[in-house]
Amino acid sequence: MVQTQTEIRVQTQDFDLGAEYQQLASQSDCGAVVTFTGLVRDYTDPQKVTSPAPVSELFLEHYPGMTEKALASIVERARARWPLGPVTVIHRVGALPLNAQIVFVGVASAHRQAAFSAAQFIMDYLKTEAPFWKKETSGGQTQWVDARESDQQERRRWE
Amino acid sequence: MKVLFFASLRDTLGTSELQEPLATGESLTADGLRERLKSRGEAWQKALSQPSLLVAVNQAMVPWDTLLSDDDEVALFPPVTGG
Repeated sequence: MVQTQTEIRVQTQDFDLGAEYQQLASQSDCGAVVTFTGLVRDYTDPQKVTSPAPVSELFLEHYPGMTEKALASIVERARARWPLGPVTVIHRVGALPLNAQIVFVGVASAHRQAAFSAAQFIMDYLKTEAPFWKKETSGGQTQWVDARESDQQERRRWE
Repeated sequence: MKVLFFASLRDTLGTSELQEPLATGESLTADGLRERLKSRGEAWQKALSQPSLLVAVNQAMVPWDTLLSDDDEVALFPPVTGG
């Protein structure tokens, strides 16, 4: 029996990759589990002379209520395209230091193709539709991170 | 209706939330609301003219020609940058 539970969490605290994987792997008889973890990286654009210092911290703002709905809607659209087992999406908010875990997408399915594709689909839509905004701190200055056209292009290939 | 602003837009406007009453029988689109808010001053005019702004009604993203109701929660925000 394939479980089709969707778990969406928006939280300040960190998450345990191993525990999240175990939960996905143990919940069903799925033959494949694909997990993606996003980390806080140095967002400083080397082309921008205005941000010479490395990024030391990110602050993640979100729209409580809408964020969870947007993530659930993205997972539902993935389920409409591929036969999926349990799916977990976790996104952290608040202040996050460099290299911290920021996002987790875990997808279980009977076979790897659906799990790989759905994980990528969920991330591509998360980056363009889920209401999160990053503010970076570098050299004591804070500035909002600009959206990237490449993220829109990644999302459009699913249309 | 309740109007919310997020991220850089909220910082620029210096406001996170306001009430914008809709007269009985009045027909207003999300774009019409944006035009109305622009009249609040130069900072509003400039910030709300950004072509990349997004709008959500009752916590779902919608096109700018969506008609609004007085009990809607409308949110205006810049392109999202999560993940």
